Amino acid sequence: MQQRSVGKSIASHLILSLVGLLFLTPFAWLFLTSFKTEDEIFVIPIQWLPDRLRWDNYINAIKMIPFVQYTWNTIWIAILSVAGVVLLTPVVAYGFSRIDFKGRNALFMLMLSTLMLPGQVTIIPLYVMFNKMNLLNSYWPLVLTTWFGTGMAYNVFMVRQFFNGIPQELSESAKIDGASEFRIYAQIVLPLAKPAILTIGLFTFLFAWGDFQGPLIYLNDPDKWTLSIGLKQFIRENNVAWGPLMAAATLFTIPIIVIYFFVQKKFIEGITITGMK
Amino acid sequence: MTARKQRERKRLRAGLLFISPWLFGFLVFQLSPILMSLYYSLTEYNLFTSPKWVGFANYAEMAKDSKMYLSLYNTMFITVFGLFPQLAYALAVALLLNRNVKGLSLYRTIYFLPTLVPAVAGSLLWMWLLNAQYGLINQVLGAIGLPEPNWLMDAHWLKPSLILMGFWGTGTTTIMYLAALQDVPKMYYEAASIDGASAWHKFRHITLPAISPMTLFLVIMGLIGSFQYFSQGYVFAESNNQSIGGPENAILFYAIYLYQNAFSFLKMGYASAMAWLLFVIVFILTIVVFKSSSKWVFYGGDR
Repeated sequence: MQQRSVGKSIASHLILSLVGLLFLTPFAWLFLTSFKTEDEIFVIPIQWLPDRLRWDNYINAIKMIPFVQYTWNTIWIAILSVAGVVLLTPVVAYGFSRIDFKGRNALFMLMLSTLMLPGQVTIIPLYVMFNKMNLLNSYWPLVLTTWFGTGMAYNVFMVRQFFNGIPQELSESAKIDGASEFRIYAQIVLPLAKPAILTIGLFTFLFAWGDFQGPLIYLNDPDKWTLSIGLKQFIRENNVAWGPLMAAATLFTIPIIVIYFFVQKKFIEGITITGMK
Repeated sequence: MTARKQRERKRLRAGLLFISPWLFGFLVFQLSPILMSLYYSLTEYNLFTSPKWVGFANYAEMAKDSKMYLSLYNTMFITVFGLFPQLAYALAVALLLNRNVKGLSLYRTIYFLPTLVPAVAGSLLWMWLLNAQYGLINQVLGAIGLPEPNWLMDAHWLKPSLILMGFWGTGTTTIMYLAALQDVPKMYYEAASIDGASAWHKFRHITLPAISPMTLFLVIMGLIGSFQYFSQGYVFAESNNQSIGGPENAILFYAIYLYQNAFSFLKMGYASAMAWLLFVIVFILTIVVFKSSSKWVFYGGDR
């Protein structure tokens, strides 16, 4: 019996690490290519390791396209997106979680049902609206749709779950002391909700950082482009600058991976919360 | 007015005030666009001149548009051969992770990392991996004597390429399944062991029913996402110096064709009609899955 379970555990590890290796290989390919010369890239059979560590591709990546400009644009959009989401979401979640008002449940169901709405239905009227407001080619369409679009329902749902877990007695005693609803929110409930707010902030950052469809539709002016849109410039008519492209893709990905390692737990918690009833 | 009514009023006012950002968002960014989109779908509209009422002409045109059917077929293809195998695969990995293996958090991190890569960066990386001549995948296939498909140029291999890449991004699903598995009460398995149940029997009659609410959630979210599949397909065609849709329109997905109609051809009316068809399809599929769920989803305590 004992032996059998040891065998099983070894088998599990074997499969898990094999799959893990398969999952890591693309990262290795990305990373190694970013240090190779053209001769090392276009060679059969594969040359796994570059002869020496060259930073040429990274230098070229930054020089070939306005990489710094795109990075700055992307950061700016991400910061604005996160700021609004973090400010607005807990307020709404508080209303849905801690104030027992008439029609609350119906409105909450309405909010959840918007999760089913495909973005394609709203994108054209929103584009027309932003066009009329002269906001095309600015970051506002991206930022405002992140704040108020379907994403809001996800975020509110997540934070509301968290608020529901905070004991009602905490608010009750403050209410007896005559505290207003807003004071209870700002001074008692909000400080306790930091983990949930950090989680939605992270997910919003992740989304804004990598978003492709939004910038593709709203940003035509190359000065306003984000990294997602700008990377295509490494692709030329008859050849692709794979070295610099992989270097740029590495630079594009690394900030997120660094953030992930700092706040791993929050990520995992956030993901599992959305999946719960 | 009684004191109770007054309190109720006060609560209503406070409640509405707190949820007002959402109410604003709902009215301006959802409800009014939905209504406008319905209106546009009944018009001819190119952004420059005001919409011209055409009744159901866009819908009639859609019924005859072979490219629309093709894009719908492509979308269903990656849903059936992508979404469901990927769910099964994520569950398999989650089952392995759930065996109390040592180093769980390391494995979890490895499976989760790919989901952090921005869609465009990931797509470009996979295009390089799938490069017919110098890509890693074909070199490995060649080395073990297997055929080396021209993944990105051959219309038959483009959708499989995207599906293959999709497996790399299943980390989120794995983690959600793992959370569901960890919630299954241990005593069920203990009781089954005493009765001498086989591993397959336990999986089939304890695990699967216990995690069925998660499966329902993942299937519904997956369907909604799959019908809006866009970025990867768009990048795969564009970065290959090919027009939207790729060779023989093999990766012209529904959302991509809709985008092309709206923002390349400026056929806003037609694209809105397409959006409404998409909405109806997603809605019906969701209802069907929900209705069927009473047969295969079990909530704790019911049984």
